[in-house]
Amino acid sequence: MPRLTADRRHTVRFTLNGRAVEGEAEPRLLLVDFLRHVLGATGTHVGCEHGVCGACTIQIDGDPARACIMLAVQADGADIRTVEGLAPAPDRLSVLQDCFREFHGLQCGFCTPGILMSLDAFLRAQPDATEPEIRTMLSGHLCRCTGYVPIMAAALAARDRLKANPDA
Amino acid sequence: MKPAPFDYLRAGTAAEALETLHQCGGDARILAGGQSLLPMLNMRLARPGVVIDIMHVPEWQRIETTETTLRIGAGVRQIALERHPGLRQPLLTAALDWVGHAQTRSRGTVCGSVAHADPSAELPLVLVALKGTIHLRSRRRRRDVAAADFFTGMMATTRTDEEMIEAVSIPTARPGTGTAFREMARRHGDFAIVACAAVADATTVRLAVAGVADRPTAIDLPADPATRDDALDTFAWSLDARDDLHATARYRRELVRQIGRSVMQEAMQCRA
Ligand code: FES
Ligand code: FES
Repeated sequence: MPRLTADRRHTVRFTLNGRAVEGEAEPRLLLVDFLRHVLGATGTHVGCEHGVCGACTIQIDGDPARACIMLAVQADGADIRTVEGLAPAPDRLSVLQDCFREFHGLQCGFCTPGILMSLDAFLRAQPDATEPEIRTMLSGHLCRCTGYVPIMAAALAARDRLKANPDA
Repeated sequence: MKPAPFDYLRAGTAAEALETLHQCGGDARILAGGQSLLPMLNMRLARPGVVIDIMHVPEWQRIETTETTLRIGAGVRQIALERHPGLRQPLLTAALDWVGHAQTRSRGTVCGSVAHADPSAELPLVLVALKGTIHLRSRRRRRDVAAADFFTGMMATTRTDEEMIEAVSIPTARPGTGTAFREMARRHGDFAIVACAAVADATTVRLAVAGVADRPTAIDLPADPATRDDALDTFAWSLDARDDLHATARYRRELVRQIGRSVMQEAMQCRA
């Protein structure tokens, strides 16, 4: 049984946006800090650090989850997707991202990476999601500046466009 | 907010986890989905020397169903239960939707929520409402505790330091019974200000309440509405409610009367 001691760093390996990555982490290092400070993937944001605000939401094995209430060492072997993995090419936005741009679904952008990762997983799992269902899912995210009206507009537009063209 | 240092152990078998728990006692904490423990670690409300990850123990990953019972292992995530075909306990299905957010149910476990014993949590409430059982295990022994006896106060339970919750059992829906669940929270997924669950058969309605007293609390009331309403009032006033940031004690008791009445009616009506 592996025992990772508190006073040392230990190798953590997982898949990040389709690529194998590894880095060193003390047992107490949070996954979100591992992503940002060890791997340099700063697209994932950190707000409350106790699982409430949703800024740090990423996808772990396909499901949205909080990266601030998970240890890096717990992620060993996982398949992780972050906001950096959404755009199909460096010069092209995904349908979801493009809807956020078009409908002004972000202002400062602090909450946006988390919201995008939740919506990306949710709309794939439930292409016919209703407006109340999307609202309930978004209740797991706090936005303190844009306001939820344009965020909902962007989410609904993305749902419709993805349904019309699921491979986009 | 970062956790204080600790050793991390990834247990591969139940014996390994239980042996470590036996050796470290109160200095060790079990880590399952981490959705209650990690906030506690981040805020340093918990400072264990050892954290034992049990999510790689195959025998604790199981949901076992019999005609009468659902047995949910320590490593079963809430999302696995949501996705489990044929749960056959509508009260559990209804309450699951209110447990945290989809983004925390993806990691959080059923047993972890029960072990954490937050007085406003939905899963402990469901266990108390349905008279479920908590299966505790230490290196030395196993023992079963009725849900109503397990919760002893605010985040306090009868579990000892060298025990862990190995599984919980929830009775499946019995013919002739009906159930209902309702919750009042600021936003869906926030901590419940009041959550009520009702289980009705031909003669009695059992009402369980979370978010008011320091633990989920239940009472068996007569099915006859004439005597039931008075008994509900007495029950609501007997609950040791506290004022806090979110609501006054008085408001909470009033909600127990209002929501309690309506969930009991609903449970009676949907008796199958
Ligand atoms: S930073 Fe993770 S939920 Fe707020
Ligand atoms: S866009 Fe600023 S917090 Fe949401």
